[in-house]
Amino acid sequence: MNFWKTFYRNKLMVTGAGVVLLLFIVSVLAPWLAPYDPGEINLQNVLAPPSWQHLCGTDQLGRDVLSRMIWGAQISLKVGFVATGIAIIIGTILGAVAGFYGGWVDASIMRFVDIMLCFPTFFLILAVIAFLEPSIWNIMIVIGLTGWMGVTRLVRADFISLKERDFVQAARVIGASDARIIFLHILPNAFASILVAATLGIAGAILTESALSFLGIGVQPPTPSWGNILTAGKDNIDIAWWLSLYPGLAILITVVGYNLLGEGIRDALDPRLKK
Amino acid sequence: MLKYIIKRLLFMIPLLLGITIICFAVMRLAPGSPTDLQTQMNPKASVEMKERLRALYELDKPVHVQYWSWLKKITRGDLGTSFASDHRPVADKIMERLPITISINLLSLLIIIAVAVPIGVLSAVHQDSLFDKITAVVVFIGFAVPTFWLALLLMIFFGVHLGWLPISGLRSLNYEYMSTWAQIVDLAKHLVLPVLVSAFGGLAGLSRYMRANMLEVIRQDYIMTARAKGLSERVVIYKHALRNALLPVITILGLSIPGLIGGSVIFETIFAIPGMGQLFYMSVMARDYPTVMGILLIGAILTLLGNLIADVSYAVADPRIRVS
Repeated sequence: MNFWKTFYRNKLMVTGAGVVLLLFIVSVLAPWLAPYDPGEINLQNVLAPPSWQHLCGTDQLGRDVLSRMIWGAQISLKVGFVATGIAIIIGTILGAVAGFYGGWVDASIMRFVDIMLCFPTFFLILAVIAFLEPSIWNIMIVIGLTGWMGVTRLVRADFISLKERDFVQAARVIGASDARIIFLHILPNAFASILVAATLGIAGAILTESALSFLGIGVQPPTPSWGNILTAGKDNIDIAWWLSLYPGLAILITVVGYNLLGEGIRDALDPRLKK
Repeated sequence: MLKYIIKRLLFMIPLLLGITIICFAVMRLAPGSPTDLQTQMNPKASVEMKERLRALYELDKPVHVQYWSWLKKITRGDLGTSFASDHRPVADKIMERLPITISINLLSLLIIIAVAVPIGVLSAVHQDSLFDKITAVVVFIGFAVPTFWLALLLMIFFGVHLGWLPISGLRSLNYEYMSTWAQIVDLAKHLVLPVLVSAFGGLAGLSRYMRANMLEVIRQDYIMTARAKGLSERVVIYKHALRNALLPVITILGLSIPGLIGGSVIFETIFAIPGMGQLFYMSVMARDYPTVMGILLIGAILTLLGNLIADVSYAVADPRIRVS
């Protein structure tokens, strides 16, 4: 019974890893995989339904939707990784410092987290974008800067329980510096939860980016992104369903893939977290 | 009880101050700030706009003076004047739209509770059944569905393809000429899709949480006691277990408030609903900074109030909280 349960969970994780790997390959090979130039306008063939020439149809400028989606995968991946990277770095450092030192340092960092959590994240992102120019770099930075609070809480909790362990005491006794204890002794033990948070974070960042691009304040056309293809889908909602269906499916599959992988890693690396 | 509420209220003060500081910091990104050369060249920010910003936030004075006078203004309920062509006070513009956003969010909260709680309870009671497995898959996918995409698909299917439901606004054009009953039906029809879409995001989370909670409660000693007394399974589950499993849901609902408010930007924009989220989106696009800042502040304060209400109701429902 237990064997089948483990197998079932692993199977899901393998599926997730497969989806993520496939996306990597598609993003890297985009120039060769895309059947058309994603920016190639063909006004003779606008809003053509899916056919053998254009598997996912064409958009309002006659551009091939499949090619734009393949290039869009690259954008999603980039945004997901950079934004999550920023969030993980900030969250890990603040969480480590708060958990390790405790006292007023901990109290002030955690109050800051509480305050940040009062803002509806989407509001905060939009407000900052209103002041800056919407560009792919600004989007990544803003998503990262508004997404570190959960990581801070996780890492802090790990540090609080780990810092009392014997191996930390031993490191102290041999005169290791605080930085050394934090980064070389405790942090590797918090790796499991950080990795899980990162994998799930990428999924969240991709969702946020697509919503921003859909609203026209994320990745700006003509750069293709799944979100801004969907904007065209909304503008042509009564005639071109394919513009709405396929990019959304791509987002859905990507996010499911990262979530499966994240939960799989959680079960595999840390049996304590298993339900 | 009163002591607990007062304690919670006092706890809110530093958070409120922190919220204003972060809003103020975001505002400093505005073009016209002396430190920001890059946006000085931003063609979208006209000279007139910069002058107005300068006057509004007293940008020539030191930062702490600026913050203090802004803080004094907002405590009087003065959020400045909109940059939009109507030049109306921001507070008025927000207040006339806030009730729409809050009502839709409350409706979706009700739907979330009404759907997610039974699903969670049933899949916990019949753990590993077919129903449990199917809901697990649906919930997992539910987590990953972009709400704006769901909105598009529903619009295409129910609005364009079947023609059953209107896809934008809150009222039909001939609303004024309808009977009262027809008006209610019309409003309800316009609300179905937006409310469903905004509820969808919370459904997956809450049903999963409810399931985990119920599973934990079912294994408690007092449930075994209830069974040992010979109570029927129905009484055990729906009277003894459900009540205890429902308690933490209050907290989860409180935590889901920022997500709901943030999500209002998306569904109000898609469905053209004249609420606070749509105003926020339009203000961001038009670079109407005072309105953007006003809504950011109100959004955070609403979250804070939501959490307060959740905490107090939890204390009312569970005496253990009040004591500790």
